[in-house]
Amino acid sequence: MTKKIDQKQNFLKGIIKDNPVFIMLLGMCPTLGVTSSAFNGLGMGVATLFVLLMSNIVVSLIKTQIPSKVRIPAFIIIIASFVTIVEMVLEAFIPFLYEQLGIFIPLIVVNCLILGRAESFASKNNLWSSIVDALGMGIGFIIALTVLGATREILGSGSIFEMKFVSEDANTFILFILPPGAFIALAYLSVLFNKISIKTIS
Amino acid sequence: MEYIIIIIAAIFVNNIVLAQFLGICPFLGVSSKVSTSVGMSGAVLFVMTIATIASYLLHQYILIPLGLDYLRTITFILVIAALVQMVEIILKKVSPPLYKALGVFLPLITTNCAVLGVAILAIGLEDASLLKAVIFAIANSIGFALAIIVFASIREQLELANIPEGMKGVPINLLVAGLLSLAFLGFTGLV
Repeated sequence: MTKKIDQKQNFLKGIIKDNPVFIMLLGMCPTLGVTSSAFNGLGMGVATLFVLLMSNIVVSLIKTQIPSKVRIPAFIIIIASFVTIVEMVLEAFIPFLYEQLGIFIPLIVVNCLILGRAESFASKNNLWSSIVDALGMGIGFIIALTVLGATREILGSGSIFEMKFVSEDANTFILFILPPGAFIALAYLSVLFNKISIKTIS
Repeated sequence: MEYIIIIIAAIFVNNIVLAQFLGICPFLGVSSKVSTSVGMSGAVLFVMTIATIASYLLHQYILIPLGLDYLRTITFILVIAALVQMVEIILKKVSPPLYKALGVFLPLITTNCAVLGVAILAIGLEDASLLKAVIFAIANSIGFALAIIVFASIREQLELANIPEGMKGVPINLLVAGLLSLAFLGFTGLV
């Protein structure tokens, strides 16, 4: 715990080296489930970032108070409280997004990314490092979801962030906004990401 | 007839993994061998059914009368976490062979979003009843089993295949899942 952490490295690792989606394969359900458009992906990413940040802060602050035997249930309750807040805020202020994300909002609770960071990082490190870690991981998650959402939207509906760039009656790859497209798009994006990350590391 | 429609819809048309993207983590994580995926499916069937019954009753008779509907997420996840622990302890005592088969998968199930997802979806069914919720849960876990077992047997074959360097590992698995999902898309319009 006394080990000095390089904060810049700590922040960047979530975006490239340990990217939660492309490298660590955490939080795959929302990644595949809500990314039929770039906006949905971005919305889900921001909601997850908020919950991740808040839970990392709280876990890091009370880590010495939680007996280690019940730490997982304790983490889950902390996460579930923030998810409930997100759920209520979205329902009240952005009902459109609330409808679109549907079941995946309460399911942020079981996003392994959040529990994983609470368990493997926030419960062992100080407040400041935990905040930086949450921001890095959360932004990595947002980037992944937005890129995947944008790819699927461009190929599937010929638009980006709801702005159409093909004519109304043009044929687009509808497959990509249907469920199979999620798997296929993510498969090729992760090949691409592997290629990029190998280049930047070496 | 209504129940048959629910069952067919849950298994084929709206397959929980391939069409609704719930339970992707175990789907990708424990599908390298057919035998482990069968074990996981058994554990999911068990926990999903019990969890749906428990959360349905809790929602119907405690949360709704008290007007605490917004606490749904917290209570359900707690119920599931507690249930998994309890099932583990009881199985260990009552049926050691079953515990041996399912034991390692039980802790993983707490964070399996399919279980929480089905519990939440079940209370939102049209004129929901306990029987309907149970059938829905069982049908969904059969759908999960079907998807993961088929996927695992394809993956076993892939071990021997000649795959381009960049596609090895995760990408090829996702691609196979995509093709499987495409096959299930063919069931659209069945009900």
